Amino acid sequence: MSNALTMTGRSLRLSGRSPEALLTALLLPVMLMVVFVYLFGGAVSIGTAYVDYVVPGVLLLCAVTGAATTAVTVCQDMGGGIIDRFRSLDVRGTVVLAGHVVAGLLRNLASTVLVVAVAIGIGFRPHASAADFVAALGMLLFFVAAVSWLAAAFGLLVRAPEAANSATFFLMFFCYASSAFVPVHTMPTWLRGFAEHQPATPVTETIRGLLLGHASPLPLASALAWCAGIGIVSIALSAILFRRRTAA
Amino acid sequence: MNDDMAIEASGLVKSYRDVRVLDGVDLNIPRGSVFALLGPNGAGKTTAVRILATLTEADAGRARVAGFDVRRERSAVRRRISLTGQFAALDDAQTGEENLRMMGRLARLSRAEAAARANELIGRFDLTAAARRRVGTYSGGMRRRLDIAASLVGRPSVIFLDEPSTGLDPQSRLTMWQVIEGLAAEGVTVFLTTQYLEEAERLAETIAVLDGGRVIAQGTAAELKQRVAAQRLDLTGASEAAYDDLTRHFGGRAIHRDHTSLTLGVPTDGSAAEVRALLDAADPGRTLVASFAVRGASLDDVFLILTHHDKAKETAHV
Repeated sequence: MSNALTMTGRSLRLSGRSPEALLTALLLPVMLMVVFVYLFGGAVSIGTAYVDYVVPGVLLLCAVTGAATTAVTVCQDMGGGIIDRFRSLDVRGTVVLAGHVVAGLLRNLASTVLVVAVAIGIGFRPHASAADFVAALGMLLFFVAAVSWLAAAFGLLVRAPEAANSATFFLMFFCYASSAFVPVHTMPTWLRGFAEHQPATPVTETIRGLLLGHASPLPLASALAWCAGIGIVSIALSAILFRRRTAA
Repeated sequence: MNDDMAIEASGLVKSYRDVRVLDGVDLNIPRGSVFALLGPNGAGKTTAVRILATLTEADAGRARVAGFDVRRERSAVRRRISLTGQFAALDDAQTGEENLRMMGRLARLSRAEAAARANELIGRFDLTAAARRRVGTYSGGMRRRLDIAASLVGRPSVIFLDEPSTGLDPQSRLTMWQVIEGLAAEGVTVFLTTQYLEEAERLAETIAVLDGGRVIAQGTAAELKQRVAAQRLDLTGASEAAYDDLTRHFGGRAIHRDHTSLTLGVPTDGSAAEVRALLDAADPGRTLVASFAVRGASLDDVFLILTHHDKAKETAHV
């Protein structure tokens, strides 16, 4: 446990030492939100203010761009000599990775706060009780944790940090082909089937429902099951990949 | 198990795919001594170190380090050793001090202890001025010193140094040697690998020569020198035919052959008597050898001689 704290402190310090990356991770989602609200928003007619609709989607994008940072830092670690030092200090691989994941969660918390603050500035009006707000944040962070572990596994799989960074595009596709930015019923039938049965949709719908105080039942069970599944599989996969990478 | 031994290994075998990197390595290294594993690139030195430092598992064989089995008591071994590899195990984006404190925390020191130990090591390794600078700005020599400092944070009793002076300029190499001598004076066991005979000779009490995955010679520097002639006699043939005759005469004893310059090298102690005897035996008619030169044996020669002796011995057993 103490090792996990040390590793988290390390990952946070390393994040702080590359301000360009940190700034990109913080500003990219805000810029995307502005693009969506002001450029695409006018063309999207969904009956309510588009900014209210799109904020959960932007938070998801935020999560996946942040996860890409985790993939890159894990990949960089594996390429250097420091993992051997950690191993010879008897630090377990999953603890090193957990440090990156927890640091990713905290980075994401910061970018979430920023996105929500800017969203409120441009007209976002959530109708959520304090409890709903906390629940929405919990849902989001659970998703971030699951995606970060997936990213960590990806960072272990690829050899170059540039390749690790491509995790963003793959994960972004899941966000775009979901109800995050446009209602699923506006999509062509073949895509709709995919959009309705992939994790980004139930997670977005749950967060959106909690923030906007929708009465309709939330796909909470489905969202939680997806996140738990992705998380568990990714942690197991990371442990296996870490052992394989360091076995030689 | 022998309590006086810091490292005991027997029959270590390791293959990567079809390549047998270690082919039955036995080592016995007393506590508090400095041991050098000498070998050319690809001899299996790093693999041997990684197995002893519990980072890699051997396919066969057993090893005990600091009194514990590297396979079954991995954590116990890890708590007593440190490994400094060829690539610095440091975070470039953290300062020297931050790196040391982090290692201290991972080595189970309290926050205050880790800070104190970091300061102590920074002073000892002459890094005070750079302590608060990011490691990314360090020179190669400073980086290597910090790397070794980081490996000492947990006060290991056995220290593995994999090619500690490779890639360093002469001045940094000298500093590194002084650092290693300082460690030895404290009574820890030092296991280092090197490609340089000079380095092994200066630092280590015992040297093992590793080649093709086997220890082909082991002993003190003096003992090895006795086995290996320190000089090489180069004979240049008077003609191609003469060169061929000389090649036939010396056969496997030749440790150097250069057909273009018609030169053949054989080991010698460099004494006039031996040189004369070699010349007389090879060229009784005094027509084959055009010129000769005696030169210091290079490390390559040493390896060739040692591998050759080894093969001769094997043949003798048959």
